Amino acid sequence: MKTVDPAALSVEGLSHAYGPRQALKDVTFAIEPARFTVLLGLNGAGKSTLFSLVTRLYGTQRGSIRIFGRDVSVSPGEALCMLGIVFQPRTLDLDLSVRQNLTYHAALHGIGAADANRRADRVLARMGLSERADDKARSLSGGQMRRVEIARALLHEPRLMLLDEPTVGLDIKSRADIIEHVRALVAEERVCVLWATHLIDEVAESDDVIVLHRGRLLAHGAVPAIVAQAGAADIRAAFTALIRDAGTEEAGEVA
Amino acid sequence: MSASALHTTPRGFSLAQYTICLKGIVWREGLRFLHQRERFVAALVRPLVWLFIFAAGFRQVLGVSIIPPYDTYVLYEVYIAPGLMAMIQMFNGMLSSLSMVYDREMGNMRILLVSPFPRWYLLCAKLIAGTAISLLQVYAFLLIAWFWEIEPPLIGYLTVLPALVLAGLMLGALGMLISSGIKQMENFASVMNFVIFPMFFASSALYPLWRVREASPLLYYVCQLNPFTHAVELIRFALYGQLNWVSLAVVCGCTAAFMVGAIFAYDPSRGFAARRGGAGADA
Repeated sequence: MKTVDPAALSVEGLSHAYGPRQALKDVTFAIEPARFTVLLGLNGAGKSTLFSLVTRLYGTQRGSIRIFGRDVSVSPGEALCMLGIVFQPRTLDLDLSVRQNLTYHAALHGIGAADANRRADRVLARMGLSERADDKARSLSGGQMRRVEIARALLHEPRLMLLDEPTVGLDIKSRADIIEHVRALVAEERVCVLWATHLIDEVAESDDVIVLHRGRLLAHGAVPAIVAQAGAADIRAAFTALIRDAGTEEAGEVA
Repeated sequence: MSASALHTTPRGFSLAQYTICLKGIVWREGLRFLHQRERFVAALVRPLVWLFIFAAGFRQVLGVSIIPPYDTYVLYEVYIAPGLMAMIQMFNGMLSSLSMVYDREMGNMRILLVSPFPRWYLLCAKLIAGTAISLLQVYAFLLIAWFWEIEPPLIGYLTVLPALVLAGLMLGALGMLISSGIKQMENFASVMNFVIFPMFFASSALYPLWRVREASPLLYYVCQLNPFTHAVELIRFALYGQLNWVSLAVVCGCTAAFMVGAIFAYDPSRGFAARRGGAGADA
C-alpha cells in the first residue's frame, strides 16, 4: 500500500511547561526527509526540551509529534525505531569497550550479536574509528566519543537523526570532522538530520533552519529565505535581528 | 494517509528480539559488575563483617531457642546468615537503583529509555539483571560462610534459589521505585539511612521475632509488617528445604506492588519525568 511520504518529523501545537515556566509555546513545524535541518537557538531556547519530548523522555503535555507519520504518544516503539539520537551529555559507558557499547545499543533494538558486530564494523568504518573498536570508551578523546555516539545512533539504521549540540566542548578540528561526517550521511545515505546548536557558523547555505527562542518558533525555512525575510545580509545578521525583534515584542507584551 | 492505514503495518518485535534485549541488558550489568571489583568486594565484606565480628560478639549474649525451620539449637551465626543474605540483596537492589540515578544524571539511562521496547519491559529486564548479580554475591557469601560452620543441608543450596530470586526481585523493585523519586545522587544517602537501616533492624534478620515481642509488642508488629522480614524468612525456610507460605505471599505481593509503582513512576507522562524541572507540572 503506497501512501504519501510523510514528513520525517512533524510537530504540531507543541507546548511544554516545567511548573510555571513555559519551555515550549505552541511550536509547529515539519521537516523533510533527507535534509540537514539546523535547530538554532540560544541556551534556554527549548532545544533540549524539544528533543526530550521527541524521544519520549518526557510525555507530551499539549500538541503532537510524529516521526514519519507515527505519533510518539500513540505508538512510541514504532516511532523510536526510526529515530537515532545523540544527546548533549555523554552517554557512553566508559568502562565498556567501543564495540560493547555498540552491541549493547543493538540489543536494545532487538539486534542479535552476530548482526550487531557486522553493523558495528560498518558504522565504525563510516565514522573513521575502526581501529578503536576494542578500546575502552574511557580512552577516547572528546571528539572520538562523539563519533562513537553518532556511530551508535546509526546502528539500527534510523531514517531520522537528532543531534543535540554535538560539537559543544570540542576543538575546531573535531568539530569540523563531525559536521563533515554527518553531512556526508545526509548526502550519501539520505538520512534526515535535525542538528541543534547555538553556534551559527555551523549553518551552511544549503541547510534548512528552524529558529527557536524562549520556547517560540521564530522562523523556519531555507537559509536564503530566512535571510531575505529578515532583510539581513547573512544568516548571522538574520538570527540576531529575529532575536532582537522577538525581545522587543515580548517587552511590548509585558508593557 | 490515514491513521488506520499506518496501524495495519505495525513493526512489532518478535519473542527472539525481546530475548536479545533482555540478554543485552543482563550482559551489560554483568560486565559493569565485573569491571567494578571493589563493588563485589564491598558486597561481600559487609555481610562478612557482620558474620565474623558482630555475630561472634553476640553469640554469648543472645540465645536462640529451637524455632522453625531449625530442628535443633543453632549458633547465632547460623541464625543471622539468611538475614545477611537478604541484606546483600537489599544493598544490591539499592545500589543498582543508585546507579540508575547516576545513569540518569550522566545520561546513560537515556540510552535505555529511548529503546523502542516497551518501557515496562526495559525496567523488568533491568530488574532481572540486578537480581542475577545479587545471586552471584549471595552464593559467594554462602561459600565463604560454609567455612565458618554455616552448613545448611546441600539440597538447601538449590531450594533457596527460587526464594533468592523472589527476594532479589522484591528488593530490586523497591530500589527502582525509590530511585524514580530521586533527582540527585546526594539525596540517595538519606534514603539509604531512612530505608535500609530501619528495614534491616526492624526485621527478623538479627533476632527472632519472639524475642522482639518480649521487648516491645509494638515493635513486633512493625517487624511483622516489614516486607524485609518476609524476605528473610522466605530465604531462611528455603535454605532448609521448607516453604513459608505467608512470607511467599507477602514477598510476591510486595514485588508486584513495587514493580507497578516503579513502572508508573518511570512512565514519561505521569512519573518523575513529568515532574522534572518543577512541581506542579504533573498534570
